Amino acid sequence: MNLLVFFLALAVYLVLTPSAHAHVEGSQAVGFITGLQHPWSGIDHVLAMIAVGLWGAQLGNPAIWVLPITFPLVMSFGAMMGLLGIPLPGIEIGIAVSAILLGVMVLGEVKPKLIIAAIMVGVFAIFHGHAHGTELPAGQSGLLYSMGFVIATGILHGIGISIGLIHRWPTGKLVLRGAGAFIAAMGFFFLWQAVV
Amino acid sequence: MLGVAFSAALLKPANAAAHLVTTGMGPVYDGIGHLLLTPEDLVPTLAVALYAGLRGRAPGRRALFFFPLAWLIGGFIGLAANTLPTFPVSAFSFLLVGILIAADLRLPDNAFTVLAIAVGIMHGFFNGIALKAGPGGLGLLGIISALFVLVAIVSAFVVSLKPPWTRIAVRVAGSWVAAMGLLMIGWFFRGQG
Repeated sequence: MNLLVFFLALAVYLVLTPSAHAHVEGSQAVGFITGLQHPWSGIDHVLAMIAVGLWGAQLGNPAIWVLPITFPLVMSFGAMMGLLGIPLPGIEIGIAVSAILLGVMVLGEVKPKLIIAAIMVGVFAIFHGHAHGTELPAGQSGLLYSMGFVIATGILHGIGISIGLIHRWPTGKLVLRGAGAFIAAMGFFFLWQAVV
Repeated sequence: MLGVAFSAALLKPANAAAHLVTTGMGPVYDGIGHLLLTPEDLVPTLAVALYAGLRGRAPGRRALFFFPLAWLIGGFIGLAANTLPTFPVSAFSFLLVGILIAADLRLPDNAFTVLAIAVGIMHGFFNGIALKAGPGGLGLLGIISALFVLVAIVSAFVVSLKPPWTRIAVRVAGSWVAAMGLLMIGWFFRGQG
């Protein structure tokens, strides 16, 4: 009881405490925050990352952990291509198609061989990395930005996997398939935006 | 071609421009603060500790002693050196150790010890160069102390992990570290490292 009162008091104190404005974040420190925020700024990226987690949860072991391990590595490879100036044609279309296909996989509970699923996710990761990993504002730390960007992408996968755990219940399976349909539909919208 | 470019980047010297942490509590604490607040050193340290933990008790114990010792030796060499390469060499320790963790590759114990020594000497060397402008040898001692404690805590924690998913979480963290290493190399060539 005493502990509860303590934490309540602490919560009230933290809520009411004004933020300190004395130390403004410098450009280097902001790099991490920028990287952490960036993946959330594009709904196409968010949906595709969550779809990877959902699909991994549907596929079960070992895909549930192979896909989130594969994705950041290949995504950073795509980002490195972008940073080195190696062009990748049709990036926006690739990202839209990733949402469509990953959504369809979740919708249909498609269970291909692990290697096929890993390659598919890996190919899409290159497009996402190329598009999103290279947008570092001037003056910010590349390493801190990269840390934030990779961690945020991992968190999105974690959210997808956590949601995907409802797959163990019959109703949960239906909800997941509905989510897959939504992601695929959004993918078609992104594709329309990319093409038009 | 790529090898020549790497060699050129490594050989091209630059002034040591590392920003040392000043705690106001003396050189030892400055060294501790440097390790804890410098991701270029902190992340590979944690990665080596994670990998040591994944490998088990005996390799973990080896890493606990050889890694800080190598860092210390590298630091003393760095204190006598003058220039830093412009290429972010630490990216290779991110990449290499990150991939080893992500793939959960079982290196032989001796190979792992060599790896820990190599990473330790390299980071210690760069620390040594940076510390010349500030806390010097005492700062290096602070770094080594913090390093020993960090490796001990993290590797022991990973050794103690029993549920299978926890080992997977460590591997996911390794893939993040490797991804950061790849991006560091990319930022360098982009000129924004």
